[in-house]
Formats: sequence, C-alpha cells, structure tokens
Amino acid sequence: MSSNTSNERLADESTTETDGTPNDAIIETAISVDRGASRATGRTETIVRAEGLDVYYGDDQALDDVTIEIPEHRVTAMIGPSGCGKSTFLRSINRMNDRISAARVDGDLYFREKNVYDDDVDPVALRRTIGQVFQSPNPFPKSIYDNVAYGLRVQGKADEVDLDAAVERALRGAALWDEVEDQLDESGLDLSGGQQQRLCIARAIATDPEVILMDEPTSALDPVAASKIEDLIDELVDDYTVIIVTHNMQQAARISDKTAVFLTGGELVEFDDTATIFEDPDDDRVEDYITGKFG
Amino acid sequence: MSTETQSGSGISGDDSLEAAHEKNRRVRRVLFGCAAVTVVTTAAIFLVLFDNAASYFFGARISEVLFGGDSIVRTVTFTEFGTGTRWAPDHATPAHGVLPIVWGTLAITIGAGLVSIPIGTATALYLSEYASSGTRNRLKPILEILAGIPTIVYGYFAVSFLTPVLVDGIATFLVNPAGRGLDSVSHIAPGLLEPLASGMMDASVGRYSMLAGILVVGTMTIPMVSSISEDAMQAVPDDLRNGAYALGATKYQVSTRIVLPAAVSGIFASYILALSRAIGETMAVTMAAGFNANLTANPFDEIMTMTAYLVSMARGTSAVGTVEYQSLFAVGLLLFLMTLSMNLLNDRLKRRFQEEYR
Repeated sequence: MSSNTSNERLADESTTETDGTPNDAIIETAISVDRGASRATGRTETIVRAEGLDVYYGDDQALDDVTIEIPEHRVTAMIGPSGCGKSTFLRSINRMNDRISAARVDGDLYFREKNVYDDDVDPVALRRTIGQVFQSPNPFPKSIYDNVAYGLRVQGKADEVDLDAAVERALRGAALWDEVEDQLDESGLDLSGGQQQRLCIARAIATDPEVILMDEPTSALDPVAASKIEDLIDELVDDYTVIIVTHNMQQAARISDKTAVFLTGGELVEFDDTATIFEDPDDDRVEDYITGKFG
Repeated sequence: MSTETQSGSGISGDDSLEAAHEKNRRVRRVLFGCAAVTVVTTAAIFLVLFDNAASYFFGARISEVLFGGDSIVRTVTFTEFGTGTRWAPDHATPAHGVLPIVWGTLAITIGAGLVSIPIGTATALYLSEYASSGTRNRLKPILEILAGIPTIVYGYFAVSFLTPVLVDGIATFLVNPAGRGLDSVSHIAPGLLEPLASGMMDASVGRYSMLAGILVVGTMTIPMVSSISEDAMQAVPDDLRNGAYALGATKYQVSTRIVLPAAVSGIFASYILALSRAIGETMAVTMAAGFNANLTANPFDEIMTMTAYLVSMARGTSAVGTVEYQSLFAVGLLLFLMTLSMNLLNDRLKRRFQEEYR
C-alpha cells in the first residue's frame, strides 16, 4: 500500500465529514495504479486463452461468449459484481467446474494452445499444472509439513525430490518459513487466518505449477494479512502466472498488470492493461462500475 | 405497589410478571422430572441387577444381608464363574463357568464386526464420495429401511435363507470344492481345508451355527456403520476436498487421505455402536446361532451367546430364588458392564480424535 493511498484516505475523511457520503471524484483518484504498469509493457507469451467460452449451470448461463488472452508471468485480475461469472471462469481453467454436476461448458479454453476440454485431457493432470488458492483458507487438518508435502505426495513426486528441501522452499516462497520453521509438526489449523492462507499458497507452489488461480484470496483476512498476501503475489509472478478474482477494486489496481471486467450475465466487458481499465476505460459501464455508480 | 411503580417506573415487576415466572418454574420442574426418569431407571436397573447378582454369588441379596441378617454363603465362586469352561446352571449337575457364553458373544461380535465394518465403511465411502447425488438419494433410504427391520425378521431371514443356503453352501464347498468345479481353491488355500479334512472340524450344519449368527448380526449392523460413517464423511468441509482436488489428487487419494482421516472420530463411533449392538443383539442371534454353550472355534457349530442364555432362561421354568434363576442377573450384569465399557470407549475415542482434528 502506498503513501499516496493513505493520503487520499485522509482527504476522504475530511470531505465526508459534512455529507457523510464519499463523492465519486475522491474514489476515482483513490484507485490509483501503483505498479504493474511498468511490468505490463514488456510482452510475454499467452498462457491461457478462452475463445467463445460459455458455461451453464443447468439452465442458467454463468459465462457468455468469453474471449480473452491471459499473458504468462503477469498478474491478471478478474473484477466485477457478485454473480458475474468471474469465479466460474477461474474454475473452468483448471476444470474444477467438473466437480459441479450441473455445470456444462461450450466453446474453447486453451492452456498453452491445448484445449483443456479435449477428450484426451486428464483434469487430474491439468490441476497438477494449474494450482489454486481458495477464498477462505482451507489447510488440511494435518501438520504444516504434511500440508505442504501433500501435493508432492499425491503426485507421486515425494520420492523423487528432497521432501524437506521442497517443503522449505515452498514455505519460503510463501513468505511463511520464518514464522513456522520451528513448528512444522504442529497442525496447520493452529496458524492465524493470514498464515493459513500463505500455507495454502505454499501448498500450491510446492508442486511447481505454471499458473496459480486465486479466488478472492484475501476476502476472509484482515487488512494486514491481506497486504502480506498482496506483496507475496507480486513476488510470485517472477516464477508463476497469477490469475486472481477479487471484489476489491483497489486490490486489483494495486497488484495486477491486466484487468478483466465482468458484468452481470457472465459477459466479459473489457480486458486491458490495469492502468487503462482504471484510468481510461473504453466502455462506459466499466467506468460506472469502477467509480461505484453500478454494481 | 403504587410507590414502587412511581419510584422505579415499573422495573420492580407486577402480578402478571410473577405469574410468568411461576409458569417458568413449573415448566422447569416438569422438564427436570422427564430428564430424571431415564437417570432413575438406569440406576434402578443397575441396582436390581447388582442385588440379584450378589445373591448368585453370596446366597443372599445385599438388601437381605443388610436388613434381614442373612449370613453370607458362597454358592458360586468367582473362580468357577470366571474360569470354568462349562456353563449349565440349570443342569442336573450344574456348572457355572461363564466362559462359553462370553465366548459366544465375543465370537458373534468380532465376526459381525468383520462383516459390517468393511462393508459399512466401503458403502459410506461410496455414498459420500463416489455416488452421484441421485444415486445417493435413492440408496440412502434403502439402507435406512434395512436399519428399521425388526430383529425377529432378521431371525427368520437367518433360519430360512442364511443357514440352509449360504452356511450350508459354504460348508459343502469347503468339504468338497472339487465337486463344485472349484478345485482351484484347494491349491490356493490348502490350509483352510486341512482342519476339515483331518476331521478336526465338523462341517455338517444343523439348525444353528456360529457362522449364521455372525452373518445375520453382521448384516443388520451394516446400516449402522454406513449411515453414521457417511454422515461423518459428509460433515467434512467441501473446502478440504476442493483443496486436494486442486492439487491434482485423484478421487481415491481424496477419499483415503483427506476424507477418512478428517471423519475418523465419527467413523470410529459408528464401529463402536455397531459392536455394542452386536453384543446386545438377542432375537436374531438366538434364532441363528442357537442355545448350546459350546467353547468352540468351528464356525459351523451351534453356540450360545449371553443374550441367548437370557432368552432361554426367561422363557424357562426355573423358580424365583433358585441359583439358576439368579444366574440370569449375573449374566445380565456382565452384559451390562460390557456394553457400558464400549460406550465409555466410544466417548474416549471421540474426545481424543476430536482434539486432533477439530
């Protein structure tokens, strides 16, 4: 979080004293793009690409003709109001939608130019390449060590690698090692909420996936724990591609390079560099949403 | 009254509020009375059992010794009761070794556990993790029906199907596998057939057999294991499953490494409940396993469980006050202690695993 934002917050307080409601102009400037703009200028390969993707739950359409190209080694944020399909899009990338029996997918979704809905794609293998972090921290009721080692064990890699070293590397990668190195045998449930979420990130990166999907990873956390996760995400993109769903527009502005805006009905309204989305969006609806007039 | 209302503006209460409090106290007394019924009943049953069991061992009830001045006469010694291998309190030459009927109960309980625990756990795992919701919704009521069948019906099921078809079939097959075109079995498991071949085991099946008792009690406790285990597995948060699936775990890995460990306290509770039920089961096991207090390991022999002995004595003609009549209470007390210890074990296991998994 930058000093810029906190200054704005002070300004916000002073202006809201009189009428009690913040005005749009203040919010607009409060959402300033901190970083990412610089990173976004360098072009990289597309790693996930959707083309005309429709997802239905029974008769309800959750995604409507979504076409998007998500770049490698970048943070891509999905924002939009509740029920706009952004989490559905995330789940269709690693085929966690398969777990919902009523879900049906039309159109194409490519991971490194391989359609993940082809018959020869094994969702188990796909999920070993595309990790996920969930909305509320969900460590297993096992020790911290076993939580991190779980992925390597189920993937049959536990014998091939030095497990202790892999666990340490993952915990360091998730900025948790210093806090837990003396209590690896204690239950992951004994950690605080923010630590649990970083444990889940360590669990996801231990198997060295290419993409990490994050479904509102900070919404259940206090602001301090959330900002630690945000810092961590910034470091993760050196090695991974991060696709994050968030309800928090400031968060999207702070951490992402690219932003996709979904609106009700599962429509992808605009996808561009985060700076462009927040400062000069093409679509009026996006501007309305970001400035709080809608959604 | 009026001054009160003035000074405290109504916070001192009035008659209608007092009536509400009175009603509250009455309801409280009624509720307590109902709760007390079960406690008093349990205590009374235990006292009656204990008092009568005392007269089995000491010739006089505790109450008689305390209030009537009867002297203590040892009728049945604890040594004979605990170590004797013949149980026939109502025989012309009575014997009071309880081991054969304790063995009968244990054999049925362990055997039934070997049937119901694996099948019940597998059923629960299938319903909770593998079956579609449609299949689960169709199968669960059937299991509940199985749990609701009266035990006497299970008894007839044993008499009319298990014993003549299944037990007899197994016996015939073991004696003469070749005759059934299955001689490969004698190569695979020659040790299994040896006791039969050498005449150590009699594979002729009469009306009653230990195996029939095991099978019928095992069958009737399957729904208990599967239903409670399935509830425990369903209670495992879906977040945990999603977390594991997202790491590329297969369904089998999620089931065995996430769901089973997280549900272990509930699953163990279901095992203990099923075993307690098997210990206390009476009607079906009596009809299937019989009334002959045999200390035998041959599954085709007739045996007698503790409950079967209680049944045979309850419908018998022994006079009140005789030693054979008192033996009922000694066996009843022992049975009570066995199920009680299972319940305590259940509580203990539950607490221990709950600490670990929350």
